[in-house]
Amino acid sequence: MRRRIVMVLLILGCFLLQSTVWNLFPFSNFKPNLMLILVISFAFVHGKKSGIFLGFFSGLLIDLFYGNIIGFTALIYMYIGYAVGSLYKVFFDDDVRLPMLISAAADIVYNLIFYLIRYASGYRLDFGACFTHIIMPEMISTVIFMLILFRLFYFINKKLLEHEVEEKESPWLLK
Amino acid sequence: MNKKKPSLMNNRNLLIMMTIICIAIIAVTVTEIVPVSPVRNAASAVIVPFQRGINELGSAISSIGNNFRDAGELSEKVEELEKEMAVLKEENLILREDEKELERLRALYELDGIYSQYEKVAADIISRDTGNWYSTFIIDRGSLDGIEPDMNVIADGGLVGLVTEVGSDWATVRTIVDDTSSVSAMTLNTSDTCIVSGDLSMKDKGYLRFSQMNTENDIMIGEQLVTSNISDKFLPGILIGTIMEISEDSNHLTKDGMVLPGVDFGHIQEVFVLTGTKNIPA
Repeated sequence: MRRRIVMVLLILGCFLLQSTVWNLFPFSNFKPNLMLILVISFAFVHGKKSGIFLGFFSGLLIDLFYGNIIGFTALIYMYIGYAVGSLYKVFFDDDVRLPMLISAAADIVYNLIFYLIRYASGYRLDFGACFTHIIMPEMISTVIFMLILFRLFYFINKKLLEHEVEEKESPWLLK
Repeated sequence: MNKKKPSLMNNRNLLIMMTIICIAIIAVTVTEIVPVSPVRNAASAVIVPFQRGINELGSAISSIGNNFRDAGELSEKVEELEKEMAVLKEENLILREDEKELERLRALYELDGIYSQYEKVAADIISRDTGNWYSTFIIDRGSLDGIEPDMNVIADGGLVGLVTEVGSDWATVRTIVDDTSSVSAMTLNTSDTCIVSGDLSMKDKGYLRFSQMNTENDIMIGEQLVTSNISDKFLPGILIGTIMEISEDSNHLTKDGMVLPGVDFGHIQEVFVLTGTKNIPA
């Protein structure tokens, strides 16, 4: 229960930050994808199920406000959450390198899907321009913010897990 | 709480179920069986107050900072301003005469300050698109203030964009920087028409692209572009920007190039929505 409340608050917090704080740097393409960072950080620690739900709800929130097709971002985020969640057993250290790599990959995948959908729906954008002006900058800043935020989310997750008695088998508590 | 024992609700089944839910949502909203705007309205009712709060907090903090800094400078400023006022009074006289001339010239161009005749609603930008693909933002006025889709949005006298979606107290604005946006434009001096559109590769430099200008006239750098009479959504005669670079199309028939927008998109906080649509006669 506690975990759910924390997750709802984090989703809302990240969304608010994402949509208002970047007013300070308007129309720059260096907006990191905070929602993606959140989904990845939590899916890593809590597994597939959390990845699915977190991805679904944060994607849905973006769709509700800025999406053209409601449910589409939710779908992509959900699969990213699921995919990252299946790495849950591979990763049990506070090493930040793997999450950074994953966030770079996830961000590129997300934007590539986005590009393909836009291409299919009639916007014939030059791929090179898209890549250098949108995908690359977003990926770089997402990775940088992943480096910063992962520690914070890691800390939150650790506190959460310490409170969850029913997940005693989690490798996180062995440390 | 679910037990760890495998059951029907294992992760794979959960994923399949949620996928079906997503596809159902997509199908329902794309085909517009269920209208989207009530749902968006409900979501906005929860989120928008927070976004507004954050924005106000931000400006409050920066104004507190300014207060401290300004106190010392104020008395100097007063003296300076008094001197300036004397100069300005003088200038004002000259400007009034210029204004008469301007009116005459405007009538000549049949622009006649068209958009100054429309009612304007001032609005603050409360949030921007979360991703990097689109250049849209949300303003804090909606249908309660008389805003409707397709209304023109301006700031500093230049064109900002178009209202695309309206809720009760918010509205989405797609800027002309967005690369899905294109505006029918014309040059102020020669009325040569062209298309101004957002361009990804120019966006971070702050430029727009103009294209398909089919003209024998010699278009100069520095020529101003305004919205044209034949645009279906934009009111005529609103300043778009200034031509900064011209090149000839590969087929040597039309001209294209870069436009510096009249609005500083990097720093707009307040915009005006023109509450008149194209059908109202000027």
